[in-house]
Amino acid sequence: MSDLLEHQERQPMSTVSDDVLIRFTDVNKTFVTRNGQEVQALRGLNLSVSRGELVAIVGQTGCGKSTAFNLLLGLYAATNGAVSVEGLNPHDDFEELKGKIAVVFQDGRLLPWRTAEQNVALGLEYMGVSKSERLDKAREWLTRLGLKGRENAYPYELSGGMRQRVGIARCFALNPDIILCDESFSALDELTADRLRGEFVKLVKEEGKTGVFITHSIEEALTIGDRVAVFRAPGHVAAEFTIPGELNEAELADMRRQVRGVMANGSAAA
Amino acid sequence: MAAPGLSNLQRRGQNTWSRRVRRSSRGLPPVETILALAGGAVLWVIIAAGTEDYILPQLHVVLLRIVELFVDSGQRWDWLVTMFRILLGIVTAFFVGTVAGLAMGKSQRLSNILMPYLQIIQGIPSLAWVMIAIIWFQEVEVRIWFLLLMVCLTGFAFQAKDSYRAIPKELRDMAKSLRPRRSRLDMFRTVTLPGIVPDLLTAWKVNLGLGTRVVLIAEFAGATIGVGYQLRIEQQFFRMDGVLAWTASLVIFVLIIQKIIELVERRLLRYRPTGDAPQVGDASDKPSGTDPNGAAASGLAGVATADNGGRRE
Repeated sequence: MSDLLEHQERQPMSTVSDDVLIRFTDVNKTFVTRNGQEVQALRGLNLSVSRGELVAIVGQTGCGKSTAFNLLLGLYAATNGAVSVEGLNPHDDFEELKGKIAVVFQDGRLLPWRTAEQNVALGLEYMGVSKSERLDKAREWLTRLGLKGRENAYPYELSGGMRQRVGIARCFALNPDIILCDESFSALDELTADRLRGEFVKLVKEEGKTGVFITHSIEEALTIGDRVAVFRAPGHVAAEFTIPGELNEAELADMRRQVRGVMANGSAAA
Repeated sequence: MAAPGLSNLQRRGQNTWSRRVRRSSRGLPPVETILALAGGAVLWVIIAAGTEDYILPQLHVVLLRIVELFVDSGQRWDWLVTMFRILLGIVTAFFVGTVAGLAMGKSQRLSNILMPYLQIIQGIPSLAWVMIAIIWFQEVEVRIWFLLLMVCLTGFAFQAKDSYRAIPKELRDMAKSLRPRRSRLDMFRTVTLPGIVPDLLTAWKVNLGLGTRVVLIAEFAGATIGVGYQLRIEQQFFRMDGVLAWTASLVIFVLIIQKIIELVERRLLRYRPTGDAPQVGDASDKPSGTDPNGAAASGLAGVATADNGGRRE
């Protein structure tokens, strides 16, 4: 089984590729609390994601997944080390990455005062795209995601899954190079989440996007990722697993056991 | 039509309810409201018949006086001046208070600086502000404007601050992640402003009543034109019909503005669920016009479904 999983006990950097789109190099991130205490969220994070790859980041709560996510988004700056997205620093070159990164959040995060199509068009509006063009684009993506006829519905009029579809449509309407997902399907019921996961992966592959999917669910990470990076606190990659195209139940169970072992003890042999 | 299988009593109840809903949907007041108002009018007529005119004049006299008030250009001018004073003061308080509230919402330091002043301003009774305004300002219009500003400012400021802080951080992060071109302006236009509008409309409704009362006191105390001044004259001559007519004119103004605010509210807050609004989306999240597992309609058939655990095929 171990040859199938290509399990690598870290470090150093995982994937070496000529076409690396995202790269964390020895990244540390420390927060200072209100009472002056230092909390290290990331310590020596090394991770790279190649173009067209879909990497799932899995780890327990508080292991630094969301901090890494916010660094990628450019919402925080790294304390030490380098974060690079398409060769740019997402924090310092925030504007330059406009339209190149988009996020699918947990629960869709729709603006309640905007209709479905207005929510989808939000990113395009920020980019200065004309109203007719952005609404056309929004309707096109809503149709593609099975929400034709719901364009003028407000978020409260949509089910959780539909809201998440709108969130996905908003993300793809921007036509970004990189798609980030933060626990995107964890608030949904199991069947809806399964269905949306499949649709999402298909879209990412069809559109040739690069994806980073953050989750605390091992099952979800194994289902979605071409590669699974297992995070342990304080924010570093403890192990990586490359997922082959198809897994039978026994292989899936074995991999699940190994990932759980790394998450719990830092060792895949657990 | 009543549903089959219901008892007569249930049918009667259902019919009454349907009529009430129909009336309400046509914008008519419910029957019991009309009956209550009619009862009040009858009571007025009975009591007025047994009392002096300077205590309670007959209803029709007051109604005629109200009509006269709006027909006569001189008296109408008094009414218009008061309305203008109220609106000018509240609009100024709205802008100043909203800007102050947003600044406090955004910056804790600014909040620490401004908050004690606003709390002191709020703690000063309206009547004390009237005295202060009379002593500080010679010009009547400035006095009234200042008075309204001081009385209504804090309501807008506190509402703006609280509603700004109540906008979920997650929504701001989401908007920020889309990297708005004109960062602050776009964020304000698409997130902040719609987020604070509901509370500001509430503040408008509260301040409208408050502002009207305060202007009346100010005009009563030291103006030579306006509803408050007219009320003072009517009171000096013991003309109760005049007092009631001028009071009614103020009520009419407040009701008109409240109706306008309601219409604005209905337009701007149409995204909020009403009590009986059904969810358009169904719980199972089937995309529109789709196959049972929902994948086909989205153009993603055969990719991954609930049946295969969402894995790629």
